[in-house]
Amino acid sequence: MLGLLETGSGFWSAIIWVLLVLVIGSMVIYIRNKGEDSYKKNTEQDKPFISGNPEENKESSHLSANHIYWGFTEALKGYYNPLIKIHTGNINDYSGWIIVITVIILIMVGVSG
Amino acid sequence: MSLSNHIPILIIAIPLLAAFLVPLINRINKKAAGILTALALSVSLILTIALAVKILTVGPQVYVFGAASPSLTLPSGLKFPIRIMLQIDAMSIFMGLITAVVSFLGAIYSLSFTKQYDGVDKYYSLLLLLTVGMFGMEFTGDIFNFFVFLEIASIASVALISFRGIDFGEPAEAGFKYMIVSSISALMVLFAIGIFYGQYDLLNFAALASVIKYSQLDKIALGLLIPVLAMKAGAVPMHMWTPDAYSEAPAPITMILVAASQASLYALFRVVFSLYNISLNALTVGWIIIVFGLLSMFIGVTMAIVQKDIKRLMAYHAVSQTGYMFLGVGVGLAVLANPEALKNYGITAMEGGIFHIMNHAMYKGLLFLTAGALFFRTGTRDLNKMGGLAHYMKYTTIFFIIGAAAIAGLPPFNGFASKLLIYESVYRFNPLLSIMAMVVSILTLASFVKVFHSAFLGPKLPQFKEVKETPRSMLFAMAVLSCIIIFFGLFPDLIVKNLVHPAVMSLIEQLQYTGTVLGGM
Repeated sequence: MLGLLETGSGFWSAIIWVLLVLVIGSMVIYIRNKGEDSYKKNTEQDKPFISGNPEENKESSHLSANHIYWGFTEALKGYYNPLIKIHTGNINDYSGWIIVITVIILIMVGVSG
Repeated sequence: MSLSNHIPILIIAIPLLAAFLVPLINRINKKAAGILTALALSVSLILTIALAVKILTVGPQVYVFGAASPSLTLPSGLKFPIRIMLQIDAMSIFMGLITAVVSFLGAIYSLSFTKQYDGVDKYYSLLLLLTVGMFGMEFTGDIFNFFVFLEIASIASVALISFRGIDFGEPAEAGFKYMIVSSISALMVLFAIGIFYGQYDLLNFAALASVIKYSQLDKIALGLLIPVLAMKAGAVPMHMWTPDAYSEAPAPITMILVAASQASLYALFRVVFSLYNISLNALTVGWIIIVFGLLSMFIGVTMAIVQKDIKRLMAYHAVSQTGYMFLGVGVGLAVLANPEALKNYGITAMEGGIFHIMNHAMYKGLLFLTAGALFFRTGTRDLNKMGGLAHYMKYTTIFFIIGAAAIAGLPPFNGFASKLLIYESVYRFNPLLSIMAMVVSILTLASFVKVFHSAFLGPKLPQFKEVKETPRSMLFAMAVLSCIIIFFGLFPDLIVKNLVHPAVMSLIEQLQYTGTVLGGM
C-alpha cells in the first residue's frame, strides 16, 4: 500500500493518520457545535476573566522569549550553569576540545583491538 | 561517448565554470549574477536527478579523467598515473541530491535576500564554489581529492560566513573561528591521508578498502578522521563553532552550510563503512558514534531552549538533530559484525539515520529561511524584540509551522517518519537510547513553541507596523521545501525504498563497493 512504511516492529501510514485526524476532528467540531447555546458573540462573555483584575492593554501583554521556560532553566540551574560556562566563545577552547576528543578516540581505537 | 556519460563531471563543472563567470557577468548587468547562479544550479539539479535515476536503475557509476589506466607508465619508465576518479553509488547520489536541491533553493532565495548587501557577485561566486566543494566531497573516489574538495568548501564557507563582516564584527569573528577549526580538521585529514599513502601507495577509496589491514597506523588514521569529520558535522563537544557560524552567515548560506556539514558526516560514514568496514572493531567505533549522537542530541536541544537569538537557537537544534543521525547509523555500525542483529534492526536504524539526513536538510533549511525572512523584514534576530509577526507575514508563519512540526517529529511530517524508524530499531539495541531520543524530541517541540510564541504570536507591535510579507523568490524557496517536507511525510515508504535503502546497502556492502569501482578502474 502506498504510504505504508515498515519500521521493523510495525508500520506507519501518514495517509491513515490524516484520515483519522479528519474523522476525529469532524466529530470534535460536531460535538462542540452541539455545546453551550447561551453563548453570544461580542458580549461580556468574550472578555477574558483575570480574577477580577483589569485587562492589560494588548501591546504590553506579549510575553517575550526571556520569560518562557524561566522556571525550567531555574530548576535545572545545576545543569545549565556549567554547561553555559563551557560555551566560552573562545577559539582556543574550541581547538582544545578537538584535541581532547581526538586523544580519547585514539586511545579507545588503539586499545580496543 | 554520449554526453550522458559525462553527467558526473558536468554536475561539478557547471557550477565551477559559473563561479568564474559570475564576476564577469556582474560587470555587464548587476542582476544577472544571481540569475546565472540560479540557472547553473538548476542545470546541476536536473543532471543530479538524471544521474540518480541512472544509478538507482543501472548501478554505481565510475567516471575517470586523466590517465587511462592506474598503471600508466611514460616511455621514459616514469609511472605517471595522474587521474581523477569520481565513484558515485546510491549513498553518494543520495547526498548529491540534497546538495543540489539545497544549493538551488539557496540561490533562488538569495535573489531577493541579497538586495541588502553589496558585492553580490562575490557572494554568488562563493556560493557556487561551496556547492562545487560539496558535490566533490560526495562524488570523489579518491581520498586526496576529498581533501581538496573539503578545502574548497571550507574556504568558500569562511568567506560566506563573514560576508557581512565589513560592517559588523561578529560575522568576521565567526568566519575566523570556522577557519581555525577547519584548518585543524584539514591538517588531521591530510595526516591520515599521508598514513594511508605511506603504507599502501594508494589514495583511491576502493583500492584502499581492498588492502587495508587495520594496522596500528590504520588505527591512528581512523582515530584522526573520526573526530575531525564528526567536528565538521557539528558533534558535541566539538560543536561550538556551529552557533557562531550558522547564526552569522546569511540565511540561505546557513541552509547550505547545514548540507555541507552533512557532507562531512557522509565522509565519516564512508570512512568507517566503505573504507574500514568489519576490519575495524565495529562495536567500539559504533559506540563512539552513538555517544556522539547522545551528547549532540541532548546538549544541543537543552542549549537551544535557553537561546534568545533565533538563528543561534536553530543552530543548536541542527547540532541536536545531527545526533539522531549519529545514533541511527552508530547502532548500525555497532551491530555490523552481527548479521542477525544487523538484519533485525541494524539496517532499519541506519535507514532512519540516513533518511534523517535528507529530512533534516529540508526542514532545517526551511527553518533557517524563515529566520532569514524575519531578519529581512524586522532587522533583528533577537526573539525578545519580536512578536505578533503572524499578522504581517502569513505565509512565512505557515512555513515556520511546517518546519517546526517536522523538526519536532510531529506526524504527518517527514521528521516523524525518520525518527520513528530510529526509535523502534534503536529500542531493540538499547531501550534507554531510544527513550533519550524521544525526550529530545519533546524538548525540541518545547523549544519551537517558544520561538513560535515569541516571534509570531501576540498582538501587533507598533515597531513592526510597516512589516510586510517577504518577496516572491524567498517565498518560492520556502514553499518548495514545505512541499518536499509534506510529500516525504505522507509517502516516506517511497523515499526509504527507492533512495534510503539502496544508500544504506551501499554503505554496508563493502565488497560490492570495491568490486564495482575496481572493475571500472
